Amino acid sequence: MNLAIRDIRHSIPRFLLTAVGIGMLLMIVMGMSGIYRGLIEDALLLVDKIGADLWIVQHDTRGPFAEISRIPLKMEDRILAVPGIKSSRAFVSHTIQEERNDKPLRIVVQGLSWPQDKGEWIPMTNGRCLASAHFEMIADKSLGFRLGEKIYLGKNVYTVVGLTRNMVGQGGDGIAFFTVRDAIAIQFDNSGEAVRLERDARRSRAIQQDIGNSRPELLDRSSLPNIPALAGPMISAVIVQTEQGADIEKVAKTISGWKDVSVHTAENQRNLLLDGSVDKARRQIGLFRALLVVISAIIMSLILYTLTLDKIHDIAMLKLIGARNSVILGLIIQQAIILGGLGYILAFYFGRWIFPHFPRRVIITTNDLIGLAVIVLAISVLSSLLGIWKAMSVQPNEVLS
Amino acid sequence: MTTEIAIEVSHISKIYGSGNTEVKAMSDISLTISKGEVVGLLGPSGAGKSTLLTAIGLINPPTSGQIIIGTVLVMDGPLEMVDIREFRRKHIGYVFQKANLIPFLTALENVQIALEINDVHHKEARKRAIELFEYLGIEERKDSLPHQLSGGQQQRVAVARALANKPGLILADEPTAALDSFRGRQVMELFQKVAHEQGAGVLVVTHDHRSLDVFDRTFEMEDGTLN
Ligand SMILES: Nc1ncnc2c1ncn2[C@@H]1O[C@H](COP(=O)(O)OP(=O)(O)O)[C@@H](O)[C@H]1O
Ligand SMILES: [Mg+2]
Repeated sequence: MNLAIRDIRHSIPRFLLTAVGIGMLLMIVMGMSGIYRGLIEDALLLVDKIGADLWIVQHDTRGPFAEISRIPLKMEDRILAVPGIKSSRAFVSHTIQEERNDKPLRIVVQGLSWPQDKGEWIPMTNGRCLASAHFEMIADKSLGFRLGEKIYLGKNVYTVVGLTRNMVGQGGDGIAFFTVRDAIAIQFDNSGEAVRLERDARRSRAIQQDIGNSRPELLDRSSLPNIPALAGPMISAVIVQTEQGADIEKVAKTISGWKDVSVHTAENQRNLLLDGSVDKARRQIGLFRALLVVISAIIMSLILYTLTLDKIHDIAMLKLIGARNSVILGLIIQQAIILGGLGYILAFYFGRWIFPHFPRRVIITTNDLIGLAVIVLAISVLSSLLGIWKAMSVQPNEVLS
Repeated sequence: MTTEIAIEVSHISKIYGSGNTEVKAMSDISLTISKGEVVGLLGPSGAGKSTLLTAIGLINPPTSGQIIIGTVLVMDGPLEMVDIREFRRKHIGYVFQKANLIPFLTALENVQIALEINDVHHKEARKRAIELFEYLGIEERKDSLPHQLSGGQQQRVAVARALANKPGLILADEPTAALDSFRGRQVMELFQKVAHEQGAGVLVVTHDHRSLDVFDRTFEMEDGTLN
């Protein structure tokens, strides 16, 4: 006869309520690791999806994710000339913040190297890749744009031609893909006035020089639009795919010989992300999760202790009529495991229901589920120790008092 | 016919506490109970009856003296000479003033558990428990929970539990105190029936002088001594 189950059946509402409480607690533990996984997944999303072998960034920087990197757009062509390189693409990425329906909307503006890269690699749910060098965008659903919608950014209007799901930047903001030229235009949205002022400044600088006085035609040139008033656009990095069978190490070594850039492998780039910006968040969440596990253990101990106290008279009676300790131990541990197991199952279903409503992704992996199951089992057994100690120390003749 | 001895108690004493708070609850008591006899233990409150009964029941070790069950020395003073929990399980049945049934088990399960903890298989335990319920005339209440039973019914379930493992010795401490005289009488007659039909030695502590006729022998206890 199973005493644990019979006792539970005798007070089902109370037991269920307790299990729901434990379930919610475990759901939070589960959610913490899910948030952590989501954070890593989001951070690595671009690096993994873009499928580059090498990242070429500004000299001595760990860009473009961990810190700012600026290299000229021309670098794209220079790198393509290196033997063993199949393709090189400009990487432009920056976050802008717009007002939309009176709420701030943060968009990660991501440049695609038109025309080699039309965004074929982006997992799309609706629509198509970019088909024009200008004024088209592929947007993540989380940004709230509709297919075909026209969006004002900077001085231009862009049409949403494709939609993605779960394509977000490190900060969890939705990514919108443009051609590199458009992305740069959105970033360096200079006003006409700024351009005019810079031309005037150039003219007055020239007047102050000898060359300006000796060759006055230069002064006229400085105001003409055929010399750009402001410096040419910079990009964040160049991403490179090597040819089949090419020695990546060797290619990397050649390029890192250049004095104006540094080279990171894809693996390197992932590590930079994980050790840098994600690391603190990981430790923060890890500690919080550890605390929650300890708190769950304490709460479960108290619950199991109270459950045992409620039955202490019956336990004394069982001892009196000669029940072995294993009978009593079984009663307590089985209830602990049933409670923990039920809490775990409830946590899983609560989570499935609640986590999708979180603003950032909560990713529950099978490994994390197995890990948590082991933790719950350990907590259940550990937390029954207090109750077991109480049950073992009760004397059979206490039935009579 | 040689009567088999259910239990033999020799020169047991019990002192509770120590120093100023010392209470001598029982001093130098010797007693033998044979199988098949019902022994009554009478005496005023505080005389030490419960102390004697629980000492014999191996749930309250004596300060000195010996307890022998069958031919085995079980307690030598406060020392346990055997696995006393196993001895309780196999050889002793208990009935107290309160039935002390396990509230989350049905009446039948309360008896079944006593059998199952003594390694009787589940099905066999159920069969024997039902037989006992029929024997005690409570079979129609077997699926009720304890709180659904009257005091008399609860006490009969407790008796059934005490009989479950066919113990050689049944100890009852004021088993009828919470019952009306009619129900109390029924329970007392039950002990007599069990002793005579199943050959168990029965020791009953009681205040109730109306049921003295069920006892084969009676002892009077006062200030920790028997006479
Ligand atoms: N656990 C105990 N601790 C201290 N004194 C006790 C304890 N149990 C009983 N006594 C004392 O021992 C004496 C005998 O008690 P008890 O055996 O319960 O008597 P009875 O059952 O005859 O009423 C009483 O004076 C009582 O106060
Ligand atoms: Mg008493």
